Amino acid sequence: QHGRVKIKSTAQQEEEKRKEREKKLKAYVSARDGILKKRSAGEHDEEALQLTQQLLSSNPDFATLWNYRREVLLHLETLREKDEVQKLYESELHFIEACLKVNPKSYGCWHHRSWVNTRLPQPDWTRELGLCDRCLSLDERNFHCWDYRRVVVKESGVSVEQELQFTDHLIGSNFSNYSSWHYRSTLLPQLHPQPVPDSAPNAKYELAHNAFFTDPNDQSAWFYYRWLLGRAEREEMISCVYVSREGERVSVAFSKPVHVKGLMLVLDGQPQQVQWRSAHPRFRHSPVWVSFTSASPSSFTSSKCKRLCHVLGSAESWCRDSATDQELFRSELSVEKSSVLQAELQSCNQLLELEPQNKWCLLTIILLMRALDPLGHEKETLAHFQTLKEVDPMRSSYYSDLCSKFLIENTILKMEYAEVRVFSLSDKNLTILCHLDQLLFVTHINLSSNQLLRLPPQFAMLQCLEVLEADDNAIESLEGLYHLPKLEEVSLRNNRILFSKKSKCFIRNPFSGVRASA
Amino acid sequence: MAAETLPSQFDVVILGTGLTESVIAAACSRVGQNVLHLDRRNYYAGNWASFTFNALLSWIEEYKNQQEVQITESEQVWRSLIDEGEDVVPLSSVDSSISNLEVFCYASEEEEKEEETKAPLTSCQPVNAETVSEETTGDSTEAQDTVTGDDTTASDAKTQNEEHKVSEPKEEQHTSDISEPSQSQEEKDSQPISSPEDPPVDVEKKITYQKLVKEGRRFNIDLVSKLMYSRGALVDLLIKSNVSRYAEFKNIGRILTCRNGKVEQVPCSRADVFASKQLTVVEKRMLMKFLTFCLDFEQHPEEYQDYTEKPFREFLKNKKLTENLQDFVLHSIAMVTQQTLTEEGLKATQHFLRCLGRYGNTPFLFPLYGLGEIPQCFCRMCAVFGGIYCLRHSVQCLVVDKASNKVKAVIDTRGQKISCSHFVVEDSYIRDEQRQSTAYRQISRAVLITDRSVLPSESDQQISLVTIPPLEPSAPAVRMVELCSSSMTCMPGTYLVHLTCSSSGTAQEDLAPVVSELFHVSTIPGEEPSEGAEERSKPAVLWVMYFNMRDTSALDSSSYSLPSNVHVCTGPDGSLGSDCSIKLAESVFHHILPDEEFCPPAPNPEDIIYDGDGPQAEGPGFEESANTEADKSQAEEEGAAHEKSPSTESSDPAEMDSVTQQAPSDTTPSSEE
Repeated sequence: QHGRVKIKSTAQQEEEKRKEREKKLKAYVSARDGILKKRSAGEHDEEALQLTQQLLSSNPDFATLWNYRREVLLHLETLREKDEVQKLYESELHFIEACLKVNPKSYGCWHHRSWVNTRLPQPDWTRELGLCDRCLSLDERNFHCWDYRRVVVKESGVSVEQELQFTDHLIGSNFSNYSSWHYRSTLLPQLHPQPVPDSAPNAKYELAHNAFFTDPNDQSAWFYYRWLLGRAEREEMISCVYVSREGERVSVAFSKPVHVKGLMLVLDGQPQQVQWRSAHPRFRHSPVWVSFTSASPSSFTSSKCKRLCHVLGSAESWCRDSATDQELFRSELSVEKSSVLQAELQSCNQLLELEPQNKWCLLTIILLMRALDPLGHEKETLAHFQTLKEVDPMRSSYYSDLCSKFLIENTILKMEYAEVRVFSLSDKNLTILCHLDQLLFVTHINLSSNQLLRLPPQFAMLQCLEVLEADDNAIESLEGLYHLPKLEEVSLRNNRILFSKKSKCFIRNPFSGVRASA
Repeated sequence: MAAETLPSQFDVVILGTGLTESVIAAACSRVGQNVLHLDRRNYYAGNWASFTFNALLSWIEEYKNQQEVQITESEQVWRSLIDEGEDVVPLSSVDSSISNLEVFCYASEEEEKEEETKAPLTSCQPVNAETVSEETTGDSTEAQDTVTGDDTTASDAKTQNEEHKVSEPKEEQHTSDISEPSQSQEEKDSQPISSPEDPPVDVEKKITYQKLVKEGRRFNIDLVSKLMYSRGALVDLLIKSNVSRYAEFKNIGRILTCRNGKVEQVPCSRADVFASKQLTVVEKRMLMKFLTFCLDFEQHPEEYQDYTEKPFREFLKNKKLTENLQDFVLHSIAMVTQQTLTEEGLKATQHFLRCLGRYGNTPFLFPLYGLGEIPQCFCRMCAVFGGIYCLRHSVQCLVVDKASNKVKAVIDTRGQKISCSHFVVEDSYIRDEQRQSTAYRQISRAVLITDRSVLPSESDQQISLVTIPPLEPSAPAVRMVELCSSSMTCMPGTYLVHLTCSSSGTAQEDLAPVVSELFHVSTIPGEEPSEGAEERSKPAVLWVMYFNMRDTSALDSSSYSLPSNVHVCTGPDGSLGSDCSIKLAESVFHHILPDEEFCPPAPNPEDIIYDGDGPQAEGPGFEESANTEADKSQAEEEGAAHEKSPSTESSDPAEMDSVTQQAPSDTTPSSEE
């Protein structure tokens, strides 16, 4: 053992550390008690600042102390000249910076910093922006700092271009940074409120391409990409008006769920006093609203988003926007021209060739195909859905629902082309029903041999429905059969209907058709 | 208090201060062995050394002199010390590991007029500018400025360099001028670049040879060019042993390659691939996919099974990587040859990838002030735990016990017999008679000082690794490291470029084609490069040195006929990392001390207990057989001086440094008389 350096044993070290900790704790507790006593005594002096500074610099998360400091500062502010106030708050900023080094994610610190800047006679925003730069280079996902940065940028009027460059820089050093991507998506609309038609169409997609070709499993770039492709929202408007003379009803369908207030019905130039109710009493907001009127009109106008509908002698009439006008089901993905979308679809297909199992890529391709030509791509879309369910079984139900939605959309389009009032979608593995507002005037529906679990309340929008076939599903609830004025025939063979008191108006016979009586 | 004699007994005597020997010294000393660490040179680290420009010129001079004069030794001095039953194994006194040294200067040799009138060093400057052979004059002038005033030029320049390093770890360099009385205020003003961070303001100003000599101190020119894999054996050891605290490091900023005469960046990390403008998106995907596979290729044997007997290159082709990507992976990421087999290539790629991201965007670190720092850091560690250091002090011969065929003592160059139980020696001290084979490989090296980067970018302070695929199929692949001034290895406004390859001819034959491919080499020294756009796109070479270094790394104990307790350390190998040397050090250590831990963490200075007298006094430090009383007290004095060092070292590394520096200067002078 000769020549060896002697070292204190671990027990010795432990003991020393323990003693030190004890000492520290004692000092901390007594300082805390002192400060709280001072505060309740209403003392707002320099000493209070010093004492709180001592504690906060070791524990910056003590919110009460920050509050006390604010009280003291507000008091001192009243006693001093403007120059001195500036100095006072500047030293406060320095102090906060030191605290941030202790805990860069302290709520108290960041909040106090924002507050100090509002009190500073001449805030130095450049320095604050520099602080944000530094903090974000150390931890690019510090959301406290991102929040503060937005405040600073807003106050100091940093240009959007500059901030965009900043995100470029951060994404360049690590592109798995959703904070930066998201920040871009808030900046771009400011820079180009309207999507720019032809300014180097591919340039803005390049960044996302680089990211998802480099790492296709990184979701942040994919989300950003989807946002880039489709930042449009549907306008609120009346998409369909249906008038039934014999039922003395007017049904109005909107492009999105609304709560109608002040929707005016004008019959032959005469404004009418009518009650509007939503398709199902459960909905306060609904895309479909129905009114009853005893008059025998020949033409309707309903105001708000004005819509004119002529009823020329027939028992019923409707007018609607054509779903084939493309807009209807595309809105989710695409304000872009189809040439751009086509190019993007090519890029994604290129990636899919390399990564046939990548779910993000598959899903994006499906969305792009739908935006371009939903019917033309139907077969491929279904195949992609099949792959998606296999590679991502955890989300297979989500994909089934999404697939159902697309199938329904396609069927609506086909129906439109055929100009019929029959909606047939049997044996397609449907799991949900949607877009029922588009089926306002449909008389026959066939939903047999699917995997539907229920006829949802939205089903009540099918105001013209006469015949419903939904055999061989797994339907449990019939909530949606509520108040369908024209319903004559319902077939629900081989389902799992749970009867409650509400549904006793139906006579159940599991082996034969069910006839509903109005 | 120059030591008259050394203690006559040590546990381990180590000859040579290269990386392997220094690590062994530190490891032995750390676990309580008495270590005597010697080197025949007047500087640390042997072939691993870093030199200031002036010290390098002296080194070159020494090499040339050695070529001319073959020293004849008198064997008779130590004959009397040999007892019966003892045999003698003489060691070589000549180092022949360096050969084919050539130096060319292309910097203008004209004088700088405005400086000549002002600077106090003028008297010696014209001499400096004349020829290489007269450089030592300038060097000795510098030596006079140093505090110690010893007669050895190189070691003093080194010492001084050490000192200002320790006091200003990474400050701007001009502050270090203040400590040198000869450097006047005028000079600082005339110097356009004041800090390594500043880009050169005055680009037009030419760097003359004179300037290189005057600023010679700012250079730290390595004989060996290596980088540290951030998860390599060396980094792990530095961390484990706490030796890392003695050094500072800089990240290698980028990895470049040269294809079709064009230098371009190799995308190797995720961020690089993302940002790369030269790759198509499909290439990005292919490359990332391949690299991801390499990270855990062992998990997917089906992917490469059919290629285990085939070259890596073919496997890359099969993986449908474009030519572009194949080159990147083969030459710059795996850094293997066309012939390397698939599995080895995959392993190399994996190692590279695992090192990414630990300290930065590339897998490599470089020690500030040059690679020569690293062996010295381990020597320092050894000294802290009581190791004794003597430079310019070698061993003439080993004394072998005939019965056991083990070394029992060595006779040093002062004719002292020092007993030891183990002897560790660097290969270049071994005579050819003791070798079973003399078939070594050679490494070709070139060192260039250039005026700008091979690939200028936003930041001019980046270290770049450049892999250059063979220019012709038969030629070796060349590895180039370009160091910027903030790595503390060259003066601001210049770059220090190291080229390395395994030799097929002399270094100049091997490397000159690459140099002229990548750099502008003027035909007349100091000639203004023609302003033709094409030529000027290349950096100009100001100064270049070619040499070959012997690569003995392939040898093992069976290559020598030596007693079993003699452990030979091979010199630096040609690879980029130092893993080979560290592994050798560890295996030698375990041979010497099978039951001890290799370089356990050094204790925290606060946890060390000091009791008035050093540990030497309390324990039976030596087997007191041959020791005289005087020797023993001497040993205690030495030991105590070293044992106290941990206390001073903790607060100020400069103190630490002076302790290590002291040991050799205390003992060396007397040895020569």
